[in-house]
Amino acid sequence: MTTLTDPPQQGSFRLSMLLSDTRYRSYTFQAIALFVLIVAFAYLGRNLIQNLADAGLNISFGFLGESSGYDINQTLIPYNSQSSNLQAAWVGVINTLLVAFLGCIMATIFGVTAGVLRLSNNWIVSKLMAMYVEMFRNVPVLIWILIIMTIMTAVMPSPRAFKGDDATASMLFGSFAFTNRGIYIPAPIWGPGSMVVVLTFVASVIGVFAYRSYAKKLLFATGRLLPVGWPSLVILFVPTLLMFFIMGRPIGADLPVLGGFNFKGGLQIGAPLIALWFALSIYTGAFIAENVRAGIQAVSKGQTEAAAALGLRPRRIMNLVILPQALRVIIPPLISQYLNLTKNSSLAIAVGYADITATLGGITLNQTGRAIECVLLLMLFYLIISLSISGIMNIYNNSVKLKER
Amino acid sequence: MSDTHAQSVAFVRETSLPPVPPPASQAGAVKWMRENLFSNWVNAVLTIGSLYIIAMIVVKSAPWFMNGMWDTPSLAACREILQGKTGACFSVLTERWNQLLFGFKYPSTEYWRPGLAFLLLFIAAAPVMFFKLPRKLLIFTAIYPFLAFWLIWGGTIWTPLIAAFGFVVGYLVYARFMKQSFAAGFFGGIAAAFLTWWLGGMVGEAIAPQETLLEAVNSRDMGGFMLNMLLGVTCVSLSLPLGIVLALGRQSNLPLIKGICVVFIEFIRGVPLITLLFVANVVLAYFLPPGTTFDLILRVIIMITMFSSAYIAEVIRGGLAALPKGQYEAADSLGLDYPQAMRLIILPQALKISIPGIVNIAVGLFKDTTLVSVISMFDLVGMIRGPILASTEWNGVYWELFLFAALLFFIVCYGISQYSQWLERQLATGHR
Repeated sequence: MTTLTDPPQQGSFRLSMLLSDTRYRSYTFQAIALFVLIVAFAYLGRNLIQNLADAGLNISFGFLGESSGYDINQTLIPYNSQSSNLQAAWVGVINTLLVAFLGCIMATIFGVTAGVLRLSNNWIVSKLMAMYVEMFRNVPVLIWILIIMTIMTAVMPSPRAFKGDDATASMLFGSFAFTNRGIYIPAPIWGPGSMVVVLTFVASVIGVFAYRSYAKKLLFATGRLLPVGWPSLVILFVPTLLMFFIMGRPIGADLPVLGGFNFKGGLQIGAPLIALWFALSIYTGAFIAENVRAGIQAVSKGQTEAAAALGLRPRRIMNLVILPQALRVIIPPLISQYLNLTKNSSLAIAVGYADITATLGGITLNQTGRAIECVLLLMLFYLIISLSISGIMNIYNNSVKLKER
Repeated sequence: MSDTHAQSVAFVRETSLPPVPPPASQAGAVKWMRENLFSNWVNAVLTIGSLYIIAMIVVKSAPWFMNGMWDTPSLAACREILQGKTGACFSVLTERWNQLLFGFKYPSTEYWRPGLAFLLLFIAAAPVMFFKLPRKLLIFTAIYPFLAFWLIWGGTIWTPLIAAFGFVVGYLVYARFMKQSFAAGFFGGIAAAFLTWWLGGMVGEAIAPQETLLEAVNSRDMGGFMLNMLLGVTCVSLSLPLGIVLALGRQSNLPLIKGICVVFIEFIRGVPLITLLFVANVVLAYFLPPGTTFDLILRVIIMITMFSSAYIAEVIRGGLAALPKGQYEAADSLGLDYPQAMRLIILPQALKISIPGIVNIAVGLFKDTTLVSVISMFDLVGMIRGPILASTEWNGVYWELFLFAALLFFIVCYGISQYSQWLERQLATGHR
């Protein structure tokens, strides 16, 4: 025991130990870092106050309540040029969420299709999908947005082309019109009693889930296999259709009709929204395709073979063995792609779609000159979205984490 | 043996039959097609569908390419020659070639300078990209940033010389004191470099000649694809060291430093690049001392560098986390202190693992440089959307221009990603 060096003596702290002793040195470093941080912030803050004073400005969010004075062509909530800047920002928030939501759905469809087909043993299909992925991954999304916007505005026929006897363009099924001002689709008309139909449909959806969980319970309890496919479809559609006719067809469609120089009625989806939606989803889809491919390839071939050896049929192998394992690999990058799509939707400003960046960070900023406040609110909005999505992702990751030791 | 049977049976074959080629359905192109294109009816439908799509694309676009015009002065002239036929008007590319590459304000007599800088970039990047090249070439890589700055911006040669000299002095001080204490060497080096720049700035102003070898070009005059390359290369190279520092900070067990790094990284990763460009454009000026004028390109470089360093930090953090714990413990048991362990054991391995991820970030960043067109800088996309499409001659030439821009980006990004895959195979040592 005498060979041991002296143990550090308690309570004999000397000032030089702040530099030489690793136990205390970390405090020194952190104190220095804190000092530098405070000095930097103080310097920036002093400059800010000085500059604002010189320009005769102050930090205030009063401008949000003032009338905005500009029009927005695509809004989901009531808005006109007399509305406040705050209302314009809300329009932007909802438009951002709308394009992000639509984009995520479409990107998933593109991505999963391309990812699965790229692994197909059909040579030409897998090469086509590889081409799609490489083409879209390696070109900036801004260029794709502009290209698709050009298709929308320069290639699509103008509403005038639908007019007259020698019309060069015609409506699809008499109810969808693809024009350079956007796409016109039938809008639903909610008549009296339509609420009952909608509620029936919601109840049917719940019923499908209930039936499926009952079938599963029965399978585990008794081994009896109930059919799932066609009963689900029956539960989903038959009650709703019955109710639809019982209530006297309360839900109608408002078809777009050509009137004057433009279409009237129906639901107009503006060209910028289409361009942004389609470009974002096809671009993000290329990335998702790679994630899906990596996820499927991450499940080792032994799993498939073991499942086959147990006597499972190919579809069950996919549903019960491959997919649950592949999804564990696919979903985290998939969610971060959704996040990227949401952040990329800020490029809306390039095609004139009124998202939050275009309203709050674009027109409102330019009109009021409140740069700091606008950019601050803009960043706050995106931060909230990002942090909440990554919070959800962490919860998911923890729930699917392999339970080891 | 053969003589015994030859007498007893009527016929015995004594030579083997010549090999018969396999049936037509089991060999060559037919077999390949049966296996790869028509193995079942779903595949057959997919194949025919794909062939139909490819044929449609070729049939529709071939005349457009074949009838392409290369030397007309305007779109109207193109249409006149084509007389209603479909055909591309590629003459916009030939006529506006220099604008697309260099922007519309860069002095036209000086185009050779960015061109030369671009060519030298390959020589400078080669020893970094290919480890088998002689290490001596790295000296040129170290000189390149200063040379390229001088070539592109021109002006007095003293600016890049003093900047380089500051780095040399800083390195010498670092090398002198590093043996005693890493921290002393590191901070001493930084202090020495700043001192040199400060002194050099004063000396440089005094001795700067009025006549310069290369004509000075304003930052505002940079444009076209050159601006994309400039932003991409500068920001990636600057964000790499910053990213390493942030990643180490985030892994550190000093709570304050870790906290600062986490907040910085998560903040930057949570907001889109456009908002940061807005900051560069309209907000950053408020935080600078009154009266300072910073050019936009420098502000944009600062913001993009911050942006990409946060992403690179996350990639490197992944590399640090992927290293087996034994490596950290081995370094500790050898008695290495933190800087030594990081420099000699951890970082070389962690960086090696993270190279493919870093390259991915670099490709993404290079694509994102097009966003500067939103804050009215005239990069390639900005040039196309602004001066070229707005001109009376070329108003309406969308496809040729956008496809050209897409092609340029595709070549660069696809090249880099192929390189990254090659590198991944090269670096895959063991673990099989």
